[in-house]
Amino acid sequence: MSDRTPQAASGRDLAEELCAQVADADRTGTPLRIEGGGTKGFYGRPVEGTALDVTGHQGISHYDPVELVVSVRAGTPILELERALAEAGQQLAFEPPHFGPAATVGGTVATGLSGPRRPWSGAVRDFVLGTRLITREGRHLRFGGEVMKNVAGYDLSRLVTGAQGTLGVITEVSLKVLPLPGAAHSLRLQMPLESAMTKLARWGRQPVPLTGAVWHDGSLYLRLEGGERSVDASRARLGGEALDRAFWRDLREQALPFFSADDTRPLWRLSVPQVAPPLELEGDWLFDWAGAQRWLRSDMPAATIREVAVRAGGHATCYTPGLTDPFTPLAPLLAKYHRQLKARLDPNGIFNPGRLYPDL
Amino acid sequence: MNILYDERLDGPLPAVDPTLALERLREALPGVTLLHRDEDRRPFECDGLSAYRVMPMLVALPDTIEQVEALLRTCHELGLPVVTRGAGTGLSGGALPLEQGVLLVMSRFNRILQIDPDARIARVQPGVRNLAISEAAAPHGLYFAPDPSSQIACSIGGNVAENAGGVHCLKYGLTVHNVQALEVITIEGERMTLGSEALDTPGFDLLALFNGSEGMLGVITEVTVKLLPRPQSAKVIMASFDDLENAGRAVGDIIAAGIVPGGLEMMDNLAIRAAEDFIHAGYPVEAEAILLCELDGVEADVADDCRRVREVLAAAGATGITLARDDAERARFWAGRKNAFPAVGRLSPDYYCMDGTIPRRELPRVLKGIARLSDESGLRVANVFHAGDGNLHPLILFDANEAGELELAERVGGSILELCVEVGGTITGEHGVGREKINQMCTQFDADEITLFHALKAAFDPRTLLNPGKNIPTLARCAEYGAMHVHNNQLPHPELPRF
Repeated sequence: MSDRTPQAASGRDLAEELCAQVADADRTGTPLRIEGGGTKGFYGRPVEGTALDVTGHQGISHYDPVELVVSVRAGTPILELERALAEAGQQLAFEPPHFGPAATVGGTVATGLSGPRRPWSGAVRDFVLGTRLITREGRHLRFGGEVMKNVAGYDLSRLVTGAQGTLGVITEVSLKVLPLPGAAHSLRLQMPLESAMTKLARWGRQPVPLTGAVWHDGSLYLRLEGGERSVDASRARLGGEALDRAFWRDLREQALPFFSADDTRPLWRLSVPQVAPPLELEGDWLFDWAGAQRWLRSDMPAATIREVAVRAGGHATCYTPGLTDPFTPLAPLLAKYHRQLKARLDPNGIFNPGRLYPDL
Repeated sequence: MNILYDERLDGPLPAVDPTLALERLREALPGVTLLHRDEDRRPFECDGLSAYRVMPMLVALPDTIEQVEALLRTCHELGLPVVTRGAGTGLSGGALPLEQGVLLVMSRFNRILQIDPDARIARVQPGVRNLAISEAAAPHGLYFAPDPSSQIACSIGGNVAENAGGVHCLKYGLTVHNVQALEVITIEGERMTLGSEALDTPGFDLLALFNGSEGMLGVITEVTVKLLPRPQSAKVIMASFDDLENAGRAVGDIIAAGIVPGGLEMMDNLAIRAAEDFIHAGYPVEAEAILLCELDGVEADVADDCRRVREVLAAAGATGITLARDDAERARFWAGRKNAFPAVGRLSPDYYCMDGTIPRRELPRVLKGIARLSDESGLRVANVFHAGDGNLHPLILFDANEAGELELAERVGGSILELCVEVGGTITGEHGVGREKINQMCTQFDADEITLFHALKAAFDPRTLLNPGKNIPTLARCAEYGAMHVHNNQLPHPELPRF
């Protein structure tokens, strides 16, 4: 990182063409299906509409490692971005799942999915500093920016993160980046679920440099990251059996045997408070995020799974397409304000209509 | 250009008869304190931006959430504007009252409802002071990370409304990164929860949207915050420089070395001398700049980082490097910084605190620009920065009793903010727009962007009854403001009507 010159823009700028397509769609009331790399198509309801292909809008438009910020066009493959960051000794700390080599930056931000490090580092939205958006009129607007602290105006950038393209087209994002950890160690401990949960709650209040914690089938898998000496100290204290760090990639990419397609039971993600007790649902469980993200393979009815998740203070998302609507329905009042927001920002319903919920 | 509500520029306000308003609110809110006499309302005329004062029509001090619901419902029926106020420490006039509106004061909601050490969260009412949360969490080894300078007085509801920061944001984030859930009441009097104790919720991220929304979208009635384990070790290094630019470069060098300090602050000579005179922190008064670099975390790592930071600072040309010997000296180093505003206040009858953020690489250029503006205006400027995240707090010294000096200070401040925008930064890093920076919003955002902000507001409050006139300027105001700043003979937004 001795070179202080910020990287100049590279890649292709298709913003003008995209703006024209959107303005045209709004005029004619034609719904658009916003397309990135197509790796997360399963994550949401199917959209009927004309394809708006963002993948050609590519390139890192600005990267200055010393500022800890990168600005990148939405169509850029996330792999390409991660490679550029790694060359400068940096990373996307929220560890986004790719689900395929074609995954784009835009899709990553639009779906808002974060990886195993999320409870300790924060989610995608915690790293989004700014966005460029195409509004329904085909205007190319800029919100937020490339600075860490910015409270001018409403936080549109975080609002569109995870909104799955239903409020506008993300064309560029500015993300906070962080240095790669100096040292890392992964390990496995044999332990029943109850002891694992007790220990994780305790470690949460102690200076243990955890950045990954999974329990499955009698084993607790941990990742330590930080300075060399603190990682070594925790490693000595925790013991256990060394674990290949590829475990965390396979977990993030759902490549572990638990996620195998050979298991025909539907796959559910339950997002609940970390300290929620084990839930009364039959099936096979994998606890990620120290217990805050629980994967379930189960044949139980969708309504039952959702009810139990909501009662535990969370929600359940179905990862198996075609079975049921993927996302837990919103409380009536929340749903009303979602509809009103959609109606104000996209009155003709052209942006990914129905992707999140039938009426959005 | 005056920032007080101007119906010609900011849009007409509903004219509800004060007697009728009082009568209807008394009916709807039996037993609630409603202040209507001059002497009772006067203490609420302003918030931390005390140069601007407006007497509110009525001041309401409810005790229960049900009363807040009833108040909002009634105001909605009457078409009566509502300005919400927490502790009143905000620096941007976000709680500046309206003559035609009710001031809703949330200070009586001051109870900590729950601390759950295993879940590492605290559930609190909006009037709880920022520091009180960390104090209550301390027995569990936990604390609440955002620490604005006003943390002994400011309340969590206001922190959320302004998305407050502090000196530890680079590593620990702003308020938005440390809030798990909010309970809010809409202008129609409906209560809803945004976020949850889980790490995400389905649908739009309304929780993030409400952080920093300046009381424009709803009234916050409960906040669930994240608590963090107190770092095992925290060390502060103070480095002095005989050149401001070298100090600025050292900041980048520390980050380039792969270190993310818990806090990284910078002060210029005028600020150093003022703080030293006031607090006796042990600052080198002859230095052109000092950096305070706090390193925190696991003890072994902190020791390694301290060694590396010392090397970086020496290589960057620091003329002195001191590691605080113990917690007492560390606290003293911080006390100088945290009291920099009142310290500078002792140098001058009045000061005006700015809050721009810039990409750090632009620091030398912006400092030169500020020095030039100071020379041209004859007003002294002391500089205090959250250097790690590029957040500048230039303090403009003036005397409000001298004719025209307040206006001059505001003009210098406005020019500094415009300079921040010009180099790719923002007009406010953590203090909010409020009324103070309503005109400079027109520099940072174009007409389309401002129109989208208004559309978003309308999804929650179509009649603009919540905090009207704050945060987002009207296009008419921008047109008028732009007309005063004509560049190359081109009037911005010539197509807009003026009313």
